[in-house]
Amino acid sequence: MKHLRAINKKARAIGEAVAQIEAATPSDMEEDVVALQQQPRPHVPMGCTLSFSPGWEVDAGGGTAGLCQPVERDIYDCYVTCFWPVQVPDHVNYSPDWASNCATATKDWRNLDLVFP
Amino acid sequence: MTVMQAPAYARAEYHGFEASGSHFVYLVSAGAIFEIDADVRAVLARLDGQQLTHAALVRELSSDGTDPDEAEALVRELRAARLIQLGAAAPVMPQAPPADFPLQALVLNVTNQCNLACTYCYEFGADKIATPAGKPKYMTLETAKASVDLLINEAVGRKAVHITFFGGETLMNFKLLRDVVGYANGATAAAGKAITYSLTTNATLLTSEIVTFLSDNRVGVTVSMDGPPDVQDKHRVYKNGKGSYAVIEPRLRTLIAHHKTRAITARVTLTEGVTDVVRIFRHLKDDLGFHEVGFAPVTTGEERAYSLDDNGMDSVLAQFNILAEEWLEYALRGESHGFTNVSETISELISGVNKSHPCGAGLGLMGVSPSGDLSPCHRFTDADTHTMGHVSSGIDRAKQGAFLAKGHVEAKYDCQSCWARPLCAGGCHHEAFVRYGDTGHANLHYCDWIRQWTDTCLRIYGVLAVQNPGFLERFAERKGLS
Repeated sequence: MKHLRAINKKARAIGEAVAQIEAATPSDMEEDVVALQQQPRPHVPMGCTLSFSPGWEVDAGGGTAGLCQPVERDIYDCYVTCFWPVQVPDHVNYSPDWASNCATATKDWRNLDLVFP
Repeated sequence: MTVMQAPAYARAEYHGFEASGSHFVYLVSAGAIFEIDADVRAVLARLDGQQLTHAALVRELSSDGTDPDEAEALVRELRAARLIQLGAAAPVMPQAPPADFPLQALVLNVTNQCNLACTYCYEFGADKIATPAGKPKYMTLETAKASVDLLINEAVGRKAVHITFFGGETLMNFKLLRDVVGYANGATAAAGKAITYSLTTNATLLTSEIVTFLSDNRVGVTVSMDGPPDVQDKHRVYKNGKGSYAVIEPRLRTLIAHHKTRAITARVTLTEGVTDVVRIFRHLKDDLGFHEVGFAPVTTGEERAYSLDDNGMDSVLAQFNILAEEWLEYALRGESHGFTNVSETISELISGVNKSHPCGAGLGLMGVSPSGDLSPCHRFTDADTHTMGHVSSGIDRAKQGAFLAKGHVEAKYDCQSCWARPLCAGGCHHEAFVRYGDTGHANLHYCDWIRQWTDTCLRIYGVLAVQNPGFLERFAERKGLS
């Protein structure tokens, strides 16, 4: 450390940590990559989801409360990709035709209807 | 739409102070102390009341001619040391101490009986929380041995353990004390641990035989007393009202002359009308020859006749500052002064403590009542509401956990905005219970006082760090040995 002089044991321990940080990281901290779950969070307006996968949308807080539409409306990802044998809608037993009107989810998602198992 | 917002720097929580012409910061998140240069002060000034992005901060710092690379490195250093932070500080969640935190010390209340009747006593006075009815008045050797065994078994991984003898008046059960020391020396040696002892007494029952025993066994002695005759005899009286000074004076002189192995300390209780700190210190240190003298305001509910009011506290603090100045003068000459209140704080500043709890009560230290009940410390002895197990059945982990969760500094809302919390952590659990009915309550009645006192000690620390750093090193070594 050049500008801070450690004058107690705790400060000296911090000084050692600072030396390691300075030796280890590239200089340009301004370009830090920020992961979604990391502080500080990127700014995402509430009401938008971060990905399009009907049924799996989460808002910027990682929950569902801030979404425009209730996620319970459709559960497309369960239907198409879930390995779990009792997913709802169940494309093997109860709702084989549930997604037949939805060729492309990003365009035809309105055709997915509620399911009452 | 996703928009990336550039994060901005803010100042971290610190307490700045000046000493000996230099500038310092006390970093609250760590308890670290740094001397800072003019460049650091420039950064902190620019972040006063505003946040700046990395680019903006570097730009502003370079605008007055500083080399941009230098400015870049400066910002990086301060961020790495966490004197500045990017965005809001991450929320801190209370972290419970490890459930198997090893015991280090027990305070054995060898008796709850006392031959004095000090009017302000927390054990017998108006604010007492003890419920001793129907319980043993003197600890038996069996209970004491069980306590030693518990201490050894619960001190997993520790090389040394400690026993403090306490009362009531401790020496009213000296026979037990003597026998326990014999037993504990053997038991700890068999367990491969070292052991040290201390005791607190009102000095009325000291004899030269007792003093020889204490010296031979390296038992540290703290004498509860209030000062010269007129002060001592105000509150520290026998049950018939007679003062105790005349009785203890010759005994103290014997103690101080013949106990050569450990420091002899006086512990003064400040009450309404007993605030003449400097005069008391001079008497105890210079006239009687105590090595260390420490002061603490009496623990009371708000309305007791003997409690200190704000004026009393102001006067106390003013006199503390006089003694603190003296302490510094001694330290600059490399000498020890003996004002415990400074010594204790300085030793905590040297290591940079950052406390989760105000003290070791219920954590590394517990009290044992004459009946063998465990409590967080000696001040909760015999109080049914605070029992935390028994020496025969062990520590009640559920009660211990609940006590420690309550007492954690991060569970105390009022402490979260205070820069002195690494040292204070909300203050004495017992005092909080007496004053607010809750061991987990911050001791709000002395916050200002703690902050002023911590600031005073930080300034002393700063002066020594600049003018006589060698003293701090030697002080740390001595403390490590005591």
